[in-house]
Amino acid sequence: MKVGLFVTCLVDLVRPNIGFAALKLLEDAGCEVIVPPDQTCCGQPGYNSGARDVAKALARKVLAEFRDCDYIVAPSGSCSGQIKVHAVEDLFHGEPEEAEFRALAAKWFELSDFLVNVLKRDSVPGKFAGSVTYHDSCSGLRELGIKQQPRALLAKAGCTLNEMQDSEKCCGFGGTFSIKLGEISTRMAENKCVNIGVAGADALVGGDLGCLLNIEGRLRRNGDLKTKVYHFAEIAAGMTEGKQ
Amino acid sequence: MQVQSMHFKQTASGKLNDAVLQGAMKKAKGKFVDGRALGVAEVDNWEDIRTYAAELRNRVIDNLDAYLLEFERNAIRRGAKVHWAETAEEANAIVLGIAQQNGVKTVTKSKSMVTEEIALNDVLIAAGIHVMETDLGEYILQLAHEPPSHIVAPAMHKSKEQVAELFAAAHHKPLLTDIGELTREAREQLRSHFLAADMGISGANFIVAETGTTLTVTNEGNADLVTTVPRIHCVVTGIEKVIPTLEDFATLIRLLPRSAIGQSIVNYLTLTTGVKSPDETDGPEQMHVVLVDAGRTKLVGSDMKDMLRCIRCGACMNHCPVYQNVGGHAYGWVYPGPMGSVLTPTYVGIENAGDLPNAATFCGECQVVCPVKIPLPDLMRKWRERQFDQRLRPFGERFVMSVWAFFIQRPRLYAFASRIGVRVAVWMGGKDKLIHSLPGIDGWTDGRDMPAPQGRTFRELYAARKGGQ
Repeated sequence: MKVGLFVTCLVDLVRPNIGFAALKLLEDAGCEVIVPPDQTCCGQPGYNSGARDVAKALARKVLAEFRDCDYIVAPSGSCSGQIKVHAVEDLFHGEPEEAEFRALAAKWFELSDFLVNVLKRDSVPGKFAGSVTYHDSCSGLRELGIKQQPRALLAKAGCTLNEMQDSEKCCGFGGTFSIKLGEISTRMAENKCVNIGVAGADALVGGDLGCLLNIEGRLRRNGDLKTKVYHFAEIAAGMTEGKQ
Repeated sequence: MQVQSMHFKQTASGKLNDAVLQGAMKKAKGKFVDGRALGVAEVDNWEDIRTYAAELRNRVIDNLDAYLLEFERNAIRRGAKVHWAETAEEANAIVLGIAQQNGVKTVTKSKSMVTEEIALNDVLIAAGIHVMETDLGEYILQLAHEPPSHIVAPAMHKSKEQVAELFAAAHHKPLLTDIGELTREAREQLRSHFLAADMGISGANFIVAETGTTLTVTNEGNADLVTTVPRIHCVVTGIEKVIPTLEDFATLIRLLPRSAIGQSIVNYLTLTTGVKSPDETDGPEQMHVVLVDAGRTKLVGSDMKDMLRCIRCGACMNHCPVYQNVGGHAYGWVYPGPMGSVLTPTYVGIENAGDLPNAATFCGECQVVCPVKIPLPDLMRKWRERQFDQRLRPFGERFVMSVWAFFIQRPRLYAFASRIGVRVAVWMGGKDKLIHSLPGIDGWTDGRDMPAPQGRTFRELYAARKGGQ
């Protein structure tokens, strides 16, 4: 089974460890993983900023790079939503390329969804003894129904899950929203930090690096250097120390 | 109402630091969000009703002219007069004309967002007519000289203490503290106005084509008094409010109050059909219905047409994390929250709507709770596309976007640039691996520390690993 790994631009730039954790999880499950070297971005920043043509160009680029894969997997709900939902239902809706994008969307999975619902993994390589609290990222949750899948993986890694209040509430990232309307975004991140504090866990875990950076940025500004921030893939792969 | 939407960012900033507003918003969230969840849970086939309602509303919008003409026919048959207003000014002129022709001195009003939209009160008051808002929230705001901050709970931004002070000053009475007593005092104040008014002005939640009926839902019963006591009743409503039958209303009323505040049914349903007949004791001698377009027909057949389905429940704003933190006044016009971020540019022009289409993280909650399935994030995105195409965003933002677009489509250049960028960012992160301040993204670093990159890009590390194998 040939699985294409869509690394995501933020993972590429900021936390490559998440990319390697995803790679490890897929390889551990026996997948032949390919990582197209020229991949850059799903196009979401352009799409949500109104630059529709750029978003379309990037979606076409993704299509060309991953066309030959049996599956495509991304460690991100929002990038997955961009291709699975927005490219099909909006960008190429009613256009000649729609069928190709539908085929791509059918093969495209968010990482936890793929591991749990397609590969039906009953174990993960990682072991994490501490407690975690999970932030549900908006796109993954509402566009793709990602809710139980990452929690199932965390349970298999032996985590204790302390659910926070309003785990489904937006953290305020919203891509460029966090820069354009930084003050409102900060308040939303602050609300999240308060709920994380009340939940009292060793680590905050999520499935989208954008949200994680946003929340981590506020935790650190508040002087909280203790709460670790992980992508679920890092925990499931046993790569929380950043070692590959 | 004057458009202040250009100032969203500044106003929102003030609202974030307004302790009274923040307290009020926290309380309201529990009522609206938790209330809706409970109300929706009572209904087994909620999603089916939503789907049905969305289709029903679509059918109406696709045949708007036919349903409106049917409404007009039936309303006239029951003795009402139907007026068509293409613009806000026309609508105001029609209502003022009716008042002046009939020597109207005093008006009572039940809550109507359309009359806020067209600023009807200003026109009537300028002509020397005494206008009294009778919805408790609207009454409070009339005393405070403020616009509503929510379409269902217009004064939700105010604290009980603020209301008490307003009442004491306006009523020349001692300061009260109990909500029941405050309500009783407002009721006493309003009673004489209800009885004396020459004309009652109401909005309409729906107007029914098959019967020529206008429908208003309230929890205070004030619409009953406004529509039946005065000798003239004038309904001012948007043309999109028409529905085919009373049975359709029975469907929509299952969604409306539950979506708004989790109520299974409202306290008062006011149905008005025509004028008082000779053998009836109650009801107006004249009934006028002003059908307001004010930009609505422009939406029919456009890419914003989904917005015409809106039944004004307020669920989108109640659940919006941006609205929850800044309140409705930040949005600067009649309609706040996600629906306002779509409607305001639609009705007042995108050049006057500033940041509104950008005042969302696209978290999608608004779309999930909308009882008629309006894809609000998609509609806001369409406005962003127009802003982008018309170069309405600031130069810096457009410049960054074009630089990003250039590199992101050229993988080799992008890989080279990101190699350098990541190294610079690692260096900036220093020992604690946090970037505390970064010009250009100070919107971020004003309130957060940017976590620095780990070291090398994934593509570099992966290439090295492959090379080493």
